[in-house]
Amino acid sequence: MTAPFRTASGGRIKRAETLSFSFDGRPLEGHPGDTLASALLANGIHLVGRSFKYHRPRGILTAGSEEPNALVTIARDAGRTTPNLRATEVEIYSGLKASSQNRWPSLSFDVGGINDLFAPIFASGFYYKTFMWPKSFWRSVYEPQIRAAAGFGMAPEKPDPDRYQQRYAHCDVMVVGAGPAGLAAALAAMESGARVIIVDEGAEFGGSLLTDTSARIDGKTGWHWAADIIMSLGLSDKVTCLTRTSAFGYYADNMIGLSERITDHLEVPPAHAPRERLWQVRAKHVVLATGALERPLVFPGNDRPGVMLAEAARTYLNRYGVKVGSRVAVATATDSAYQAAIDLKAAGVEIAVLVDVRPEGGALVELAREAGIRVELGASVCDTVGRLRISSLAIGRIGADGRATRFETIACDGLLVSGGWTPTVHLYSQSRGKLRFDAASQTFLPGVGAQAQISAGAANGTFGLESVLNEGYAAGEAAARAAGKKTFGAKTFSAEATDAAPAGTLGALPTDRDPSRVRAFVDFQHDVTAKDLKLALREGFRSIEHMKRYTTTGMATDQGKTSNLNALAIAAKELGKDIPSVGLTTFRMPYTPVSFGILAGVARGDMFEPVRQTAAHASALALGAVFEDVGAWKRAWYFPKAGETMHQAVNREVTAVRQTVGLFDASTLGKIEVVGPDAAEFMHRLYTNPFLKLEVGRCRYGILTKDDGFVFDDGVVGRIAADRFHVTTTTGGAARVLSHFEDYRQTEWPDLKVWLTSTSEQWATFAIQGPKARDIIAPFVEGIDISAAAMPHMSVRGGTFLGVPARLFRMSFTGEFGFEVNVPADYGRAVWDALYPAVIAAGGAAYGTEAMHVLRAEKGYIIVGQETDGTVTPDDAGLAWAIGKAKADFVGKRGMLRADLVAPGRKQLVGLETVDGTTVLEEGAQITPVAVPAKRSHAIGHVTSSYQSPTVGRSIALALLENGRARHGERLYVPMPNGAIAVVVTDPVFYDKEGKRLDG
Amino acid sequence: MLLIRCPYCGERPEIEFRNMGEAHILRPGTDASDDEIADFLYRRSNTKGLIAERWRHVHGCSRFFNAVRHTVTDKFVSIYKTGEPKPDLTALAASLNGVARS
Repeated sequence: MTAPFRTASGGRIKRAETLSFSFDGRPLEGHPGDTLASALLANGIHLVGRSFKYHRPRGILTAGSEEPNALVTIARDAGRTTPNLRATEVEIYSGLKASSQNRWPSLSFDVGGINDLFAPIFASGFYYKTFMWPKSFWRSVYEPQIRAAAGFGMAPEKPDPDRYQQRYAHCDVMVVGAGPAGLAAALAAMESGARVIIVDEGAEFGGSLLTDTSARIDGKTGWHWAADIIMSLGLSDKVTCLTRTSAFGYYADNMIGLSERITDHLEVPPAHAPRERLWQVRAKHVVLATGALERPLVFPGNDRPGVMLAEAARTYLNRYGVKVGSRVAVATATDSAYQAAIDLKAAGVEIAVLVDVRPEGGALVELAREAGIRVELGASVCDTVGRLRISSLAIGRIGADGRATRFETIACDGLLVSGGWTPTVHLYSQSRGKLRFDAASQTFLPGVGAQAQISAGAANGTFGLESVLNEGYAAGEAAARAAGKKTFGAKTFSAEATDAAPAGTLGALPTDRDPSRVRAFVDFQHDVTAKDLKLALREGFRSIEHMKRYTTTGMATDQGKTSNLNALAIAAKELGKDIPSVGLTTFRMPYTPVSFGILAGVARGDMFEPVRQTAAHASALALGAVFEDVGAWKRAWYFPKAGETMHQAVNREVTAVRQTVGLFDASTLGKIEVVGPDAAEFMHRLYTNPFLKLEVGRCRYGILTKDDGFVFDDGVVGRIAADRFHVTTTTGGAARVLSHFEDYRQTEWPDLKVWLTSTSEQWATFAIQGPKARDIIAPFVEGIDISAAAMPHMSVRGGTFLGVPARLFRMSFTGEFGFEVNVPADYGRAVWDALYPAVIAAGGAAYGTEAMHVLRAEKGYIIVGQETDGTVTPDDAGLAWAIGKAKADFVGKRGMLRADLVAPGRKQLVGLETVDGTTVLEEGAQITPVAVPAKRSHAIGHVTSSYQSPTVGRSIALALLENGRARHGERLYVPMPNGAIAVVVTDPVFYDKEGKRLDG
Repeated sequence: MLLIRCPYCGERPEIEFRNMGEAHILRPGTDASDDEIADFLYRRSNTKGLIAERWRHVHGCSRFFNAVRHTVTDKFVSIYKTGEPKPDLTALAASLNGVARS
């Protein structure tokens, strides 16, 4: 059955095939080629949504992406539910389920419509003025209520199951918009041999040619001409044609962001296809052929369903074979609306009246009258009537005083409006090009550009099909030439069409009613009226940017594509200024909304962030290790046995290291190989410690400061050969330490012959710590004498371990006798798997980072980033012994001598013991001299590390404390919400102060 | 996204680079005064207009180089290797204005 408002023939839809779809549960039919909007209109449905604030019934205003009203939710399933899609862009398929938004319980009876009755109180700044008191109500009552009432669609209930793709592309010429100008530009660029990408947001190329059935180009119809060009573009292997693709952003250095919709229009999306694709295109030159948008007129009741842009009505007729009413009126300030009226009349739609606000009318007055259309010149729309659909309009004669005198009320079921054409300069403006105001056409046009681009056609303020085609071709040619291609001279087209002139009217139309009482909508989506804008100005908002934010005009999802210029004109008139001196608000990306999916791409779930695992990760996992995140690394935190708490596991691990032996995966440590004839000199200049005389085969604990003199990183450095060092850094510091090294190597001391290589991921590193450490490793070591005499504390040897090449360090971060073995990462798991059973057999245990922290804290060893915070000098941290006093210079030497850094009273590293011996202090807690500090007194220190120590049998803490080294034995306090905790200041070394255990 | 011309690799997208702060700030010797060391560590020109900066092609060749950039437009005006002399920013600015006028 043919839908009631479908024409008998014509349009680009496939009439032979019928598609069933539903809107708010109501089954309807349409044809392939229909948008949801055209199919609804064919079924006589104009009412498609409710407005944001007043819940006013709203209809379809446009036929394109600028649609402010007809926002719908399309649901395939719980995870594939997309709100706020424009019905004017949604292509129907069999089984499409669309629903309206912002209404309850139904579209035609919406409880929220009560807001409309209270419209006088919902003026500009309503929220700021109303929800002021009591203050506590904002969070608990007002904000939740407003949030529930606000917004359009609902987010889907389940995670998005679709795939989104991202790709990069390069081209010589990028053409945005495939209307007549864009197609001509792409043709010119193609003929020069340039690599071209041409995109259009529509389902097919052609732009205005798809609407203008009267156009003739070089003897062909517009459709035929476009089809020929599209075919030749498609046949060229240098041209990429992308339909359903929005150029949403113009970024620096000619990067264009494209959002390509791939499967949304398909009934059954192919399993292999991504739903959408993000393109990041770097173009040598860009042609902006983005066309122009028709403006609505601002008059009382201009938002009723049935009120539609004139060219949109013409598009529905000529492209989709849909009559937007049976008796429609036209209100216009342009010639193009006359053509719409003439086309509709010819299709059998009764034209109730054509009202032209221009006293003289335009070029088509006679043609319209000949077609039998009643034309009223110098007239305005005073008001409209009709709740869910317009039913009549009142028209008035415009007098010399700028007021209208009502003279007739005319019944209608549709009202076509045309206030003029606004060139689409969004992308141009995003490219940072300057706009200029053209007084003749009352439009902003591209002025001085900032990037390699050129605008053509209506986007450039050029109207008239022949001029548009010629300008488009010339722009394509110029772009290709600028991209380094040879072109073959201008080409001119011969074309006939009715031309949309840019001029029109701006701001509110004359009316016979009190403009301060009527609601003439400017921004349909955010329900901003001319009255609201004037109120904002009266309240003192002068800047257009402030007015925009206060009234929210132009801030809806359509970003004011149809409303901004009218709002600007109203503001200018009210301020008594001209439009250019009021200025435009900023055009921001994206041009049309972009899904989060394409921005995220594959970076979600497990792919959200890279995870770094050590070579022995799987073995630790098999042992039941609990992991913690350290940067991107997964580190084994502790290894609980069945039934053990974390605390029990950590105590067991610490005790194993102290009494027998422990095995620790230290592979995440940063490692840098420093090589070259000047390697020792380089190390000597970077570290606070002396390095020139470090013997081959020996290691040193080194401190890095930056030139400011504060501790930056630390680690053990082994001298492998005269010209080779094995440097270790903290896990988190690996990248920044290498960057720091490279900086000084490349820019400060380029004369030094030294090379740096990150080896963090090449070595797997295991610490074997505890009295039995030598027994454990002995069976695996070949080529190294590991006896105490041959291999003293802080030495390094090369040999093999389990038959693989190894660097064996004798060193300790636990205070126990021990080794750290480095093997190529590929053998890491095998080495762990060999060591672990040996450690267990000896009565030891694997230990994780928590036990490591306890062990080092018992010994007072600092962790950079825990005991230091970027304001701690080596001396503050008790590491003055590591500063080479005799060194002429090193990075940080001068910095750490600054007055404040050597002044008395600095915070110094100390130990803290709670008086009760059991309370474990909170890390970060403040330290005060008295239990209840006086107001405005300051803390004299803070806790940096705190643990229960199984070794010393009490809680221990490290802290930074003002003048701390002179305070050993003092009783201080750590104030907490439940009362102050008494502590005694101690030396930071809690266990084996003499360091005898290091000797084994 | 900006295109930045690494003097060793050619034009690459901005995400491959890291800005390393103002260029041509000389590291003083150990005999520097407190004021000189404060200048070196902390005080920067914070220019509106042309500024000479250190950049590093960190996700590429890893090398440091210097560049003159306009802090308002983000345009790179001059790119040169570490160790090469600082361009005359006043003269560069004047020549840019000349280009804009012509």
